[in-house]
This record gives sequence, structure tokens and C-alpha cells, in this order.
Amino acid sequence: MGKRSIIPYGPQHPVLPEPIHIDLVIEDERVIEAIPSVGFIHRGLESLVDRRDIHQLTYVIERTCGICSFGHGMGYCETMEDIFGVEVPKRAKFLRTIWFELSRMHSHLLWLGLLADAFGYENLFYQCWRIREKVLDLIEMTTGGRVIFSVNKIGGVLKDISPEHLRLIDSSIDDIKAELEVIKKTFIEDSTVQSRLRGIGIITKEQAHALGCAGPVARASGIRCDMRKRGYEAYQFLDFEPIISDAGDCFARCYCRLMEVFQSIDLIHQAIGMIPDETDISIDVKGNPTGESFIRIEQPRGEAVFYVKASGKPHIDRFRLRTPTFANLPGLCEMLKGAELSDVGLMVVTIDPCISCTER
Amino acid sequence: MAKIKKSPWLLHYDGSSCNGCDIEVLACLTPIYDAERFGVMNTGDPMQADIFLITGGINTQNAEVVKQLYNQMPRPKVVVAVGVCACTGGVFKDCYNILGGADTVIPVDIYVPGCAARPQSIIDGIVQAVELFQKRSDEHDKEMKNKGREAS
Repeated sequence: MGKRSIIPYGPQHPVLPEPIHIDLVIEDERVIEAIPSVGFIHRGLESLVDRRDIHQLTYVIERTCGICSFGHGMGYCETMEDIFGVEVPKRAKFLRTIWFELSRMHSHLLWLGLLADAFGYENLFYQCWRIREKVLDLIEMTTGGRVIFSVNKIGGVLKDISPEHLRLIDSSIDDIKAELEVIKKTFIEDSTVQSRLRGIGIITKEQAHALGCAGPVARASGIRCDMRKRGYEAYQFLDFEPIISDAGDCFARCYCRLMEVFQSIDLIHQAIGMIPDETDISIDVKGNPTGESFIRIEQPRGEAVFYVKASGKPHIDRFRLRTPTFANLPGLCEMLKGAELSDVGLMVVTIDPCISCTER
Repeated sequence: MAKIKKSPWLLHYDGSSCNGCDIEVLACLTPIYDAERFGVMNTGDPMQADIFLITGGINTQNAEVVKQLYNQMPRPKVVVAVGVCACTGGVFKDCYNILGGADTVIPVDIYVPGCAARPQSIIDGIVQAVELFQKRSDEHDKEMKNKGREAS
């Protein structure tokens, strides 16, 4: 029995750009307990509801997180559309789906890069980010923004994608797919990567269910949960199956996210093939609605829950957001128990933590 | 020490930003934008850093962390505030937990605007910071020399 000591991990550390603070109680080299402490990035975004009107709020909520910004804006708009009782035009639904899947691609590629950096493959990190830049170029071409691309509004979208641009997206993502095949080999087959990821940080299906894990973390443990199957926006017209792995270790989480990039490419192809040729991309919503609504969407990191309560005033009464990382943090703490100290950085990365979302 | 501007090291800290500027700072360091061609290198250790890139506004909990990181850096040092949140507080200025931009707790030399700041403007900020760092380190050298003369 060794002597227990506490190692503070973060808030400033080289693994993630974000401040996450965990107190690691260790005995020799083994972690006995992990105690996270939060609040380094808390802004109080939800309190802005009484200072910004419902339309301005779209842009504030989008800035909950810079990586999954589109999803947050879309989730809020869907919630408000539900309260207004309007349905957005079909073309807008497809446009939202295309942008949402592009942002999922850039988020997962970013994460794959960070993972590669965490297990010491710097060149692989650069390769992932190089491919990610191509996705960002497509986003910039169609929206004008790179990471925050304010195209959502309540009742539709602000910008249309021209047929030429749709064709260009269609062909560009095929190029991206070809490049991904190359790095996929390293992630899936390389023996060093395997030895670093296999069997590390296992969450069983039962644990994942009991701890309420979401998104790729839950899917890597064998839980079939993907909110896109709920059929919001254009997902009801698209054909796909959630990607599931059974192992529940770091490798399974890496595999799920890598495969989801390919799935996103397939979904964009399908959406571009089916997009209706209409001119309507938004409908006007007027007045101050009354009611409350509750929407669940699948963010790159998992299920996000949006809640809005409005009571006929220019400002809504309450906006609440439950983010996927918040759901995955108990899973992380469970995973860290009994882990080697040198694997901690890797495990923190594999749940794809987005602290900005979590603390808002 | 004439050519110190060819090798300053960067420290990046996410104040309370939305991640947008952070991933753009990281994108700057990858080969497409490659800020490292100006000789800068990203480091995680404040004791070895010369240029401090801060993104996001200051809130009650991270104010102490930012001050501590700044104090741990050796002199001379340059601070670059990246993104409108680090400059003024930005869209979150009215939030109850935001004290303001980075300059509420530490002196900021270069302000990079934008939400999120584009890699091109971040690189512009870094280049200006490198120039300023050279100037400051020349002044610092002179000061040290004068001190040495007085002592002897």
C-alpha cells in the first residue's frame, strides 16, 4: 500500500486547449479517485435571456461553444419553432442537415487530431487538421464563417447554397473521404496506436447506462442511442444506422468517431441528392409566443437537451441547455479510477470534453 | 540577444471563451497557416513562455489563474488578447460572471478583434507581438547592463 497523494490536473495544461481541472488522488502510479472541479469558464450565458430578445438570442446561444456552434443555434431555433407552432420549409431542413453534418465532420476531425497528439503522433495530428481545413473551407464558402457561422434563424436559415456550391461540396467530400481512408489505416491498424488505446478506460454497457453517458461514449459501449434517429430536420428522409462498438475502451470511442466522419459524408451525399428545388428557405415569425418546449438533438459529442419557457413577453423566461459533456463527465470519473497516471490525458481526451458547453 | 525575435515561445490559455478562438489559435499552429514559420513555438509551460495568447473574457474564478500564469512568465513578456471576448468581454459582457476583457487583470499589448478571430488576424497579432518582444528584450538587456555597471 503506497502513500496517497493528490495531483492537481489543470486548469492550464497542454493536452486540451480548454481549462478542465481534476484533482487526481493517486497511490503510487495508480489513480484511486478523480474529483473534477468546474467553473473556470462559466459565463452565465443562460442569464442573457432577460437582456436579449428571442431573435438576438440565437446568436448568443450559438456562442455556447465554438466547435458545435451550429447545433446549438439549430437546437434553440427548433425549440422556438415548436413554441411558435411553425414548420420550416423543406429546403431549409436539408440545408440545416448539410451544415450540421459538415460541422460534425470538422468536430470529429479536430478530436481525432487531439487524440493523435495525446498518444504522441504529431504528424497524424497535423494530417487530421489539414483535412479539417478542407471542411472549414466548404463551410466558409457557403456561410462566410469558419467556426461560428450564424446562418440559423427562427423559422429557417439565412443563406441558401447555390446548385454550383452543392455540386462542389458533393465532389469535395469525396476527396476528403479518399484522404481519410489513408489516416484511417493508422488509427485502426497501427500496432503502437492499438497498444495505447485497446483495453484502456473501459466503460461497460451497464456502467454507461447507469451513469447516463451520451453520444459516441455510449455508442462505443454498445448502447444504441442516436438522437438523429428521432427524425428531426431532414434526418427522417435519410437512411443511416448508428455506429456501435461493444468494447467500451478508448479504441472503441476512436473507432466510433472515425466511422461517424464517413457516415457524415454519406449523409451529406444523400441530402444533396434529395434536396428539393425550392426558393423558400425561411418563414417569418412575428410576435411574442407563449408556451414551453423541450427538444433533443444529436451534437457531435452526444445528446443535447434544449428547454425554453416563454410567456408572451419580448424576452423568454427561461432557457436551459443540458450538454453532452456534462452527461459524460461521470463516465470519465469512473474510467479514471484505477487508471495509470500516464493514461489520464488520453482518457480525458477520449470523452471529447467540451468544457465551454458544459459550463456555459 | 539581437535575434531573440526568431525564437519566442507561445503560451495559450483559454479564459472563458466559447472555444471558437481556441481552435483558431490551434489551427494557426498547424501547417496550413503555420505560425511557427515566424519562429514561435507553442508551449504548455508558463515558465518558458514569452508571448501570452489569451482568449475569452475574465470571470471570477479564472482571474487568479490568469494573473498567476502572467506572473510565472519571465520578463520581458508580451500579452496578446485574441478575440472580441478577450478584448472587451464581447457578447458575454452583460453576463453576471464576466468581469470584462483580459485587460481587467493583466496589461494587454495587442488586441486581435473578431468573433471568432480569423487565423489571418491571429497571425498578424503574433507577428506584431514578436516585434514588440524584440523591442522589449533590447530594453531589458540595456537595463541589465546599466545595473551591472552601477554594481561594479
